[in-house]
Amino acid sequence: DTSLAEVNSFSSSMPISPSSMINQYKFEDEPELRDLFITVDDPESHITAIETFITYRVVTKTSRGEFDSSEYEVRRRYQDFLWLKSKLEEAHPTLIIPPLPEKFIMKGMMERFSDEFIETRRKALHKFLNRIADHPTLTFNEDFKIFLTAQAWELSSHKKQGPGLLSRMGQTVKAVASSVRGGVKNRPEMFTEMNHYMETFSQKIIVLDKIAHRIYKEEREYFNEMKEYGPIHTLWSASEEDIADSLKGVASCIDKCCKATEKRMAGLLENLLPILHEYVLYSEILMGVLKRRDQIQGELDSRVDALANKKTEKDLFSEEIGKLEDKVECANNALKADWDRWKQNMQCDMRSTFTSMAESSLHYYEECLATWESFLASQTVHPQVEEDSEDRP
Amino acid sequence: MEDCLAKKMEITVSEAEKRTGRNAMNIQETYTAYLIETRAVESQSEGQCAPVDSLWRRYSEFELLRNYLSVTYPHIVVPPLPEKRADFVWHKLSADNMDPDFVERRRIGLENFLLRVASHPVLCQDKIFYSFLTQEGGWKEMVNETGFQLKADSRLKALNATFRVKNPDKRFTELKHYSDELQSVISHLLRVRARVADRLYGVYKVHGNYGRVFSEWSAIEKEMGDGLQSAGHHMDVYAASIDDILEEEEHYADQLKEYLFYAEALRAVCRKHELMQYDLEMAAQDLTSKKQQCEELATGTVRTFSLKGMTSKLFGQETPEQREAKLKVLEEQIQEGEEQLKSKNLEGRDFVKSAWADIERFKEQKNHDLKEALISYAVMQISMCKKGIQVWTNAKECFSKM
Repeated sequence: DTSLAEVNSFSSSMPISPSSMINQYKFEDEPELRDLFITVDDPESHITAIETFITYRVVTKTSRGEFDSSEYEVRRRYQDFLWLKSKLEEAHPTLIIPPLPEKFIMKGMMERFSDEFIETRRKALHKFLNRIADHPTLTFNEDFKIFLTAQAWELSSHKKQGPGLLSRMGQTVKAVASSVRGGVKNRPEMFTEMNHYMETFSQKIIVLDKIAHRIYKEEREYFNEMKEYGPIHTLWSASEEDIADSLKGVASCIDKCCKATEKRMAGLLENLLPILHEYVLYSEILMGVLKRRDQIQGELDSRVDALANKKTEKDLFSEEIGKLEDKVECANNALKADWDRWKQNMQCDMRSTFTSMAESSLHYYEECLATWESFLASQTVHPQVEEDSEDRP
Repeated sequence: MEDCLAKKMEITVSEAEKRTGRNAMNIQETYTAYLIETRAVESQSEGQCAPVDSLWRRYSEFELLRNYLSVTYPHIVVPPLPEKRADFVWHKLSADNMDPDFVERRRIGLENFLLRVASHPVLCQDKIFYSFLTQEGGWKEMVNETGFQLKADSRLKALNATFRVKNPDKRFTELKHYSDELQSVISHLLRVRARVADRLYGVYKVHGNYGRVFSEWSAIEKEMGDGLQSAGHHMDVYAASIDDILEEEEHYADQLKEYLFYAEALRAVCRKHELMQYDLEMAAQDLTSKKQQCEELATGTVRTFSLKGMTSKLFGQETPEQREAKLKVLEEQIQEGEEQLKSKNLEGRDFVKSAWADIERFKEQKNHDLKEALISYAVMQISMCKKGIQVWTNAKECFSKM
């Protein structure tokens, strides 16, 4: 149930975290024109006889006329997000639907339902909805509106409407059938280029994702060793007199560098790793979109081929062909526009995430430098007069 | 104080060379020989340099020299040799004795050893040491002729003394504890440092993978291509920089290792004291018991049970002449014993005095050297941070232009 009273406590600049704020602004040329603000937060566990699942609170604030109210608060579970995605794909087969976080994490970096996992998923779901809101076409999708506004029971009943299982299966069969024939033969050059691009991009982004994970792992191991390294110097200082201060100083420097490493790692986890992961998912999505475009083209092509020999009946089917040609043109235009938009966003995302990764590493070294420099200064404040210092090897 | 040899003579271990030869058992072996160069220090004159003398020595000869010094000067904390085998190795370093990096670091360690001996006020005056530096042939025989091996205390005797000594000088007992702690903490530190180095190596090297992928990715990008390429180059620079950084750190580790081995030298001096003290206590005990025997014989009373007493009871008392003779022998022994005890006492006190003087000298040296080592470690870290700042500043600029 929507408690409007609570919603008033939100300020108009809704974003939960600075990073999500940046993400939202990235998708808009003029942020002031945004009229739909969405946040995903407050994960809650639900335990029933059959299952345990998490719901997230989705809060929407809008000034659009199509919405009955200006503020909504609903609870949604992962399944609901999956449903929304599939509805969007159905309605707009050649638009680039943003990625959803995966059902399961294979990599064992986090356990299912651990706090870390839930938080990562929450952030990704937040991004998902906001990307849809920012999309010039998807933002007006009816199912999207229902997702944001309907109460739990309303959503359930709405889900059950729409093409039944059999007809959905029929569509899938048709899609598979036409994919066998391809639609590659008459594919415009532009889309062949896109395919080549996506193949390479896909490979590279997967490798980058792996590299980033590996770096995270190595930094974690380094951090673990450093934790042990500092205290040994403190232990040593206990049996020394003259050099006890120097040893304690080194211990403190190492500890500070250790903390700085932790920060660096956190930066990776919050920023670079999720973005690279999203683009791994995006590359799959884009390959899918290109395939669907080919399928639509394939429908047209196979129809044209089938009717090629039936000269007399051509007029009868010209309307059908016309419709298919329109469909292809629509699909192509939609894809082209969305592709350009996607590329721009991708460039923006990559630029900002790698820049901030570099900045995070830069800060790490600046912090460590300051620590060691101040230690060095403390050591040379009391110069000792050493006799015969040149004799010392 | 006489000038140390180090002031009068420039000593370097300038080269290392692989050799093959036949050893004592006529089996062919490969070993490394080190070139020791010496040159008299002349007062500054325009370009006039004294000629350089040089000879080759192998590690086992250094060992022989050190053993000789340890036995001949038991009251001195004798500088240690660099490690025989590579220890505290992290994955990049080879544990192979023939590895050029190991040989190089050992060369430096041997030079350091010679300089330490040459700047020691007592050790630098030793003739065997001087010959080691200047006389190639016949040195080994010269050392063996000193017969120093005979003077060496057996390990067993030393161990026995350590357990049984009753009144060692407290300072030596404390010093022994200190050297145990020093050894334990430095070993631990070196082990963890090696692991840290390993991990740091991993972090840097994995960044190198970015370079290749960025380059391949840039091929399909029109606007982002340049930024990616140049950023990738900086990632390569970053990854490569760790090699020099860690190599420098090895020298720091070697400085710590020297003091790890110095701990053993400290313990050796403590052991010698315990041995001498134990010897003294035993001699005193022996003297006391002889005096007691003397008294018993003279007065005819048997205060304590003795086998002699029993046998005399069984086999009859001795004749006065026999008793007289025995007494005389005992009195002689007691006199000898008292003189020995006196000289042992003196020896012991002398030892403590001179050992403690060298220990104080050592402590000052240690504090100075370790403090400098820690400072040099900080300097290394600062240099590493500065390199990191440069690389990441450059990378950031490239990324921001994508």
